[in-house]
Amino acid sequence: MNAVLPVLVVLLAIIAVWYVAAWFLNLNWAEQQLAREGIEPTFSALFHNTMTQERPVLPAPHQVAAGLYEGLFGQKITSKRSLVWHGWITLSATLAGFVMGTLAGILLAVGIVHNRAMDQSVMPWAVASQTVPILAIAPMVIVVLASIGVTGLLPKAVISAWLSFFPVLVGTVKGLRTPDQMQLDQMRSWNASPSQVFWRLRLPSSMPYLFASLKVAIAASLVGAIVGELPAGASAGLGARLLSGSYYGQTVQIWAALFTAAALAGVLVLIVGWIERMTLRRMGLAR
Amino acid sequence: MMAALPIIAVWLGSWGLNAWLARYDTRVTRVLVALIFGASVLILWEMIVRAYGVPSVILPAPSQIARSFAGNLPILWGDFVQTILKGALSGWLIGAAAAIGTAIAIDRSPFLQRGLLPIGNFVAALPIVGIAPILVMWFGFDWQSKAAVVVVMVFFPILVNTIAGLAATDALQRDLIATWSAGYWQSLWKLRLPAALPFIFNGLKIATTLALIGAIVAEFFGSPTRGMGFRISTAVGQLDLPLVWAEIVVAALAGSAFYGLVALIEKRLTFWHPSQRSRETGA
Repeated sequence: MNAVLPVLVVLLAIIAVWYVAAWFLNLNWAEQQLAREGIEPTFSALFHNTMTQERPVLPAPHQVAAGLYEGLFGQKITSKRSLVWHGWITLSATLAGFVMGTLAGILLAVGIVHNRAMDQSVMPWAVASQTVPILAIAPMVIVVLASIGVTGLLPKAVISAWLSFFPVLVGTVKGLRTPDQMQLDQMRSWNASPSQVFWRLRLPSSMPYLFASLKVAIAASLVGAIVGELPAGASAGLGARLLSGSYYGQTVQIWAALFTAAALAGVLVLIVGWIERMTLRRMGLAR
Repeated sequence: MMAALPIIAVWLGSWGLNAWLARYDTRVTRVLVALIFGASVLILWEMIVRAYGVPSVILPAPSQIARSFAGNLPILWGDFVQTILKGALSGWLIGAAAAIGTAIAIDRSPFLQRGLLPIGNFVAALPIVGIAPILVMWFGFDWQSKAAVVVVMVFFPILVNTIAGLAATDALQRDLIATWSAGYWQSLWKLRLPAALPFIFNGLKIATTLALIGAIVAEFFGSPTRGMGFRISTAVGQLDLPLVWAEIVVAALAGSAFYGLVALIEKRLTFWHPSQRSRETGA
């Protein structure tokens, strides 16, 4: 709890710096505009202009807040200008991809732990693939799947799944391997079958590792869904919102979409963290 | 159906070979098994594409990709210089320097650390790459805007790790160096920074992948007519999939090389750390 005050102070400092930056970055345009309208460039006139421009270089925090409020609550949620609607499009692709990638990652991890040939064949490549910027294939996946008639939610979900697959795989393999020889010997001395060893020892001990990688995976899924919306043609979703904002210079729209995405990521990670705490507490692992 | 038989044969053959080799479990067989698996995936890919006549606009065969790679070397090199060397590497260096500098600057203030750590951890989970369109507007289409995206992306993971690393010495070690009457800077330079290196390198290694992602994705929002992200998005538009795959090969090689280079520097600088020592003795 003693972190609340420092966090608040740092947040206030960030907002203050933001206002100062908005003043300096928008000043040039404000001077031009006032000169064009023949208004005396006094400090208060300039200040008013830098904080209320239609397409500022850097929108002031209250403009972003207003844009965010307008996008979230000012529209019907079925409207194409509603951030709730765009956020839902992105969220559904994120969740679909996250579930697919997580299931595939856990299944392959189980196979790897039980089969040495699979372990030695797949694991080096899975670990090496973490250093590869996989996100670069996003546009290709979208276009290729569109060319064979798959559009909509699925292509984005495939990218999300691909991004969440590797962290889950690596984390789960690590987790399933945590039981040491003594614990395995103990299970043996109780005459446990391989499936009993898996369900009662390996799987429960892998939970902390699994949840740590799930948090990474859900954040990666969201990035995957957003980037999957960038290639031309996508007209819905937070990624499309970012792109159309950048085409038409609608900076407030970009920042509002960005904050929606950030809030979405924060909520998703919090939910995974909450499930983690509940599960670990039920298992008696909570600290 | 007949076309599937050799494909299944290759699959079973390589798998049987691997299952046999895996039982020996020495260092050599481990490398062999991984290489055989990689090679068999490439061969199966080639066979499937040829046997079923998969059009290259959906999935080009590895041989087509290799040919495109060899035929487009000047283009690929230009894109590599533009995206990796100018965009990702310079952004990574600036971001790393800024993050480590910030961590040292707020080192004396526990108040600021308590405030920045939760925010840094939170921001590290955000889709920061979305900031790309804004930075492209501010810094223009050339590599400067890509470097700026990379700076923002790598800053927080390195900052959080450096702060954790600077707290990694225990009281006994700090007391010892204090009895030698070391000042703040001496103790920082001789004790706490070296002790923080494993943490800092952890952040730097995470940041290598982020840097490449940032530099490539930022080009989707606007770029000069070169660069890996530009090439990928335009070649996809022209349905020149072999060139796209060749760019992905470059990205994979560059990513692995970048990571390997940082890991190598880490090994040189933190030779004393248990995680590095155990690797040298082969345990």
